Formats: sequence, C-alpha cells, structure tokens
Amino acid sequence: MSVKTLLAAAGLVALAAGAQAQVKVGMITTLSGGGASLGIDTRDGFMLAIGMAGRDDIDVIVEDDQQKPDIAVQISDKMIQSDKVDVLTGIVWSNLAMAVVPSATAQGLFYLSTNAAPAQLAGAGCNPNHFSVSYQNDNLHEAAGAYTKSAGYTKPFILAPNYPAGHDSLTGFKRFYDGELAGEIYTELGQTDYAAEIAQIRASGADSVFFFLPGGMGISFLKQYAESGVELPLVGPAFSFDQNILQAVGDAAVGVKNTSTWSKDLDNDANAAFVSAYEEKYGRLPSIYAAQGYDTANLLLSAMDKADISDPDAFRTALEDADFDSVRGDFTFASNHHPIQDIYVREVIKEGDIYTNKITDTAMEDRDNAYVGECSM
Amino acid sequence: MTAILIAEQVLNGLQFGVMLFLMAAGLTLIFGVMGLINLAHGSLYMVGAFAAATIAGATGSFLLALAAALISAALAGALVELVVIRRLYDRDHLDQVLATFALILIFSEGTRWLFGSFPLYLDIPAWLSGPVMLPGGIQYPLYRLALIVLGLLIALGLWLLISHTRIGVQIRAGENDREMIGALGVNISRLYTLVFALGAGLAGLAGALVGAIQSVQVGMGEPVLILAFVVIVIGGIGSIKGALIGALLVGLADTLGGIFLPELLKLFTDPAKATATGSAFASMAIYILMAVVLVWRPTGLFGARV
Repeated sequence: MSVKTLLAAAGLVALAAGAQAQVKVGMITTLSGGGASLGIDTRDGFMLAIGMAGRDDIDVIVEDDQQKPDIAVQISDKMIQSDKVDVLTGIVWSNLAMAVVPSATAQGLFYLSTNAAPAQLAGAGCNPNHFSVSYQNDNLHEAAGAYTKSAGYTKPFILAPNYPAGHDSLTGFKRFYDGELAGEIYTELGQTDYAAEIAQIRASGADSVFFFLPGGMGISFLKQYAESGVELPLVGPAFSFDQNILQAVGDAAVGVKNTSTWSKDLDNDANAAFVSAYEEKYGRLPSIYAAQGYDTANLLLSAMDKADISDPDAFRTALEDADFDSVRGDFTFASNHHPIQDIYVREVIKEGDIYTNKITDTAMEDRDNAYVGECSM
Repeated sequence: MTAILIAEQVLNGLQFGVMLFLMAAGLTLIFGVMGLINLAHGSLYMVGAFAAATIAGATGSFLLALAAALISAALAGALVELVVIRRLYDRDHLDQVLATFALILIFSEGTRWLFGSFPLYLDIPAWLSGPVMLPGGIQYPLYRLALIVLGLLIALGLWLLISHTRIGVQIRAGENDREMIGALGVNISRLYTLVFALGAGLAGLAGALVGAIQSVQVGMGEPVLILAFVVIVIGGIGSIKGALIGALLVGLADTLGGIFLPELLKLFTDPAKATATGSAFASMAIYILMAVVLVWRPTGLFGARV
C-alpha cells in the first residue's frame, strides 16, 4: 500500500467520522397556500435557534407539504429513503401528522412535533421515537374549557373544523367544561364563510362562544362575527389569535380571551432573547408557531450535546431529559412524550399600530394530558 | 329551529349564491364563447382581492378599491388572453387545462412574491358595516344585504348586455358558430379578448367583495373555482341564466344542507356524532345536487340540447 492510498483511506475514514456526527433533519411544513404563514413561522423559529447556536453539525432540509397529506407522505418517503434523514419535524396539521408520523417512527426515525399532536399519537398510538414539543392537541382547548367555567359562563356555543384536531378541540373543551352547551357544530376544514354558523349562534341563546378555527378560517370568522351584531364574548385557543392573523382581523379581535402555552410577554430570559432575535432577523413579531419551532430546535440541539444520534436509546433518553431553556419557562415531558407545562389566558390588545396579546391569567398549571394512561411505554 | 333562523339562512344562501354567480358568469361565458376551460379564473378572483386590499390600504376608499379590483382583474385577464390563452383555442381541452393550471401556479407564486404569505387586511367600509333589522325581526349584516342587491343588479346588467346590445348579439352568435361570425366581418379576436376581460373583471370584483368579509390570501380563489364549475355544470355550460339559477341553487343547498342535515341526524343518533356526520354529508350536498341534475338533464338546466 502506497503512502498516497493510505492517506486517501485515512481521509475517507475522517470524512465518514465527520458524517456520523452530522445530524440530518427533514422539515416537512406548509409553505404555500392558505396555511403558509404557520409553516413559515415554524421554519423561521427553528432556523433561528440553529443560527443562534452557531452549529454546523446539523443539516436541515425544508420541503413544502402544501397542506396536503399525500404530498407530505411523498416528501417523508423521499427524505427517509434518499436523503437519509435522522429526524423529521415541522408538520403543522394533524391530518398530515397522522399520515406521516406513525410510519416514520415505525422505521426508527425520531419525530419531533413542532405543532400537530393528535390524540391518536398520544394515547394507544404513542411511540418511543415520537416527541411532541408543542402540546397535546386537547391542551389549549382544555384550558379554554377551564377558563369558560371559571369565568362563570353557563351556556357556551362551541365550534371547530371537522378534522382530527377539531375533534380533539371540542373533546378537550368538554373535558374541563362540564356544564350545558348552547350548541356544538363541526364546520368544514378550510371553510371561509361562517354566516350560517353565526346565525345558529344567534338563535341558540348562548352566553359565550368557544371556537377553534386556525389560519385563514379564524380571520373570516372573526370579521364576519363582528359584522353580525352578535355580541357574545369569544373564547378560543391561541391559534385563532396568532400574531399574523391578528393584523388581518384588526379591531374585530380586540378584547378576545384566548388560551396559549406561550406569549411574547411571557417573563423569562429565553423568551426575551427569542423575541428580540426573531424581530431583528425577520422584521416581524413571532407567533406561537415560531416559538414552538424555536423550542423544538433547542431541544434537538440539547440532545445532540448529550448523545450521538447513532445510539438511538441514548439519544431518546437525552430528548426525554428536555434539558434546554424553553421560551415557555418550565418544560418537562410526560411519560408519553408530550409536554407538562403551564397554560395561560391572554387578551388581544392594540399596541401602537400592532395587534398583539398580553397574558392576563394562568388557566392551568403543569398540565400534562389526558392520554398518559393509555400509552403503554 | 325558528322561522327567523331559517329566513336568515335563506338570505345567507342567496348571498353565497350571487357571489358564486359573479365567478360562474365569467367562466360560463368564456367556455360558451371560446370553448375554453379556464382553470386560472380563481387566480383572477385573487388578483381582484389583492388589488382591492392594496388600494384600500393606500387610499382608505372602499369604492376605489372595488374599481381597482374590477380594472386590474380585467387587465390581467386581457393580458393573459393575449399572451397565453389565444394560442389555446384550437388545442385540445387537456392542453387548455394544463396551460391554465400553470397560470394558477404562476399567479399564486407571483402574488406570494409581491405580497408575502401572510393574509392581507381588507375591511368593510364604515357605511356598510354592522347589522340592520329586517321586517320580521331578522337581524342581518348590512354588507351581506348589499352583496345580494349588487349581485342581482350585475345579473340584470349582464342580461341586458347579452340580450339587448350589439356586443351581446356577437357573443351569442359566437357561442353558436364561431367561424360564421368571423366570416360576417366581426373581429373575432377582439371579441374574445373583450369577453375574457369581462369575465375576469367580474371574478376580480367578486374577489374584492368577498375578501372584505373573509381573508385576502394566496390560493383563496381555488376553492371558489371548484364551486363555480359545479354551478356552470348544473346551470348548463354557456348560459348566463343557467349560471344564475345554478349559483343560487348551489348557494342555498350548501348553506341549508349545513344546517338541516345535522339537525335531521340528531333525530337518529347522539348529538356529537350527528354534527360530525351531518357536516360531512352537508359538504356533499352540492355534488349530490349536481348528480341529480345531470341524471335529469345531462346538459344542465339551461344547456344547449345536443
């Protein structure tokens, strides 16, 4: 063997060793269509954390799922088979998560959820390689139910879109609000006209309205509700009041109470650093999706510091430790790999020309989720 | 379920119907006169909404915004006709679908590039906002009422245009025999551009009107486009009258189906399940309506008999 080949071989080995330390992340998220702002914020929050950490031992591939389950599955197959990613993340919508996550985790990949966390993946369908960094879908709705009850409303009207997260929403609300309902309806996913539903609310004799309508659906609902002359107080999860939606809704949203695991005025160092860095880099205020993306990246980086991805068991334990500074303050994982965290009540306010949220109360402390017992891991 | 609620839902159905009519009228004219399937019609709806949001933001005037929506969508339509569509008249429908689908992607990405992915703000003017009390104690948003009136006025205007003007004669003649009116000395390519711009302008106006109560965002036109296709299939392709009747039928079926089907199912099963299955059935209502109409009249309600 000549010196040259020896050197070349050594180089190859070094290269291979380098490649092994490198963690490859596939981010599947919604970057086009009506739900694009959610995915863009997720991506921007995630990339911000990696940029701030100054890490070069992580590669992120980002692809647009167009909010379509079939596209999400195609992308995940490609990322797993030809890009050979170690970790998947980024899916915003629960119906897409249901199409991608079970098969990815069954193939031994880690899935870190930046948002979607349907009941099916928290209970009987839980998997050791699936972590939800955001919440369990029911959580914010449970908090809204608890808030509705404690605020003294006795006859709320509740509505949500007809898809997995919509069912989780109303189930979660009813878990902590056990009184009478004025009505309960499922709307079509992506629906933009709520005149018929608002007429039902008007006729129902309700004393408040709880609604879960993420993205453009919430904008349409709020604008139409303000026009309708129905003046019942509104309660909802943070999704209908995230930073991007509020600017399109305008005055119609001011004063509305919403429940969230995060708010830009949440008082901790990690959050202050996140909010100012995000504003500086992207020129807009972060939304809850950006916060969740940011936390997910920091969780991943914290696990990479403790263990090598080539040792899945050690890496899983490192993830379970959740040894990172969450922008949400105290953050630990329940045994089914979903967060235990505080959930707050926020109110929509106008700050100068910008519509935003401020925390007014804590709805639930150290809330885990209802499915811990159903998960056998 | 009170009479007031039902009356309010009928108004909602009418309002939805007349907005669909504005979309469907252009689509059916373009198909009837030029034999072209224009998938990009939803993009023109979006162009109208974005133009309105921009002008409303700059000037604060809703009427100027509507004018801008109409004009910019008509101009975009005329431009698209001159540059792309003109080459497609002699081609197969599949080529037309492919090319106009490409236009959807170009319009969507172009709009995203110009305006970003976040929804824009377009609000109802103060003089049209708030509810009004109708006879019989029905409280109804003034803006939606204005939409119904405006939509019906436009329908009337279109009917006058088609049946009482020289252009209308040419359009009707164009639907019957394109080569013959060309032979009679009518400038057929100018007529085509005009019809296309008219259809585009109506779509843009609908986009602006609806954008004020919904959200102005990229991709807002495609869901409406699908419904508009259902409308023209039910009404009969090429018929303005068919588009109006079809649009009102679809609007009413969609709105009332969403209310009554869950209520009906509640008689048989528990409320939570009834609302879930009922809303699933309700989203099928218009397609069932379309199937029934097609079985009864294969060319649609007012379509030319083959």
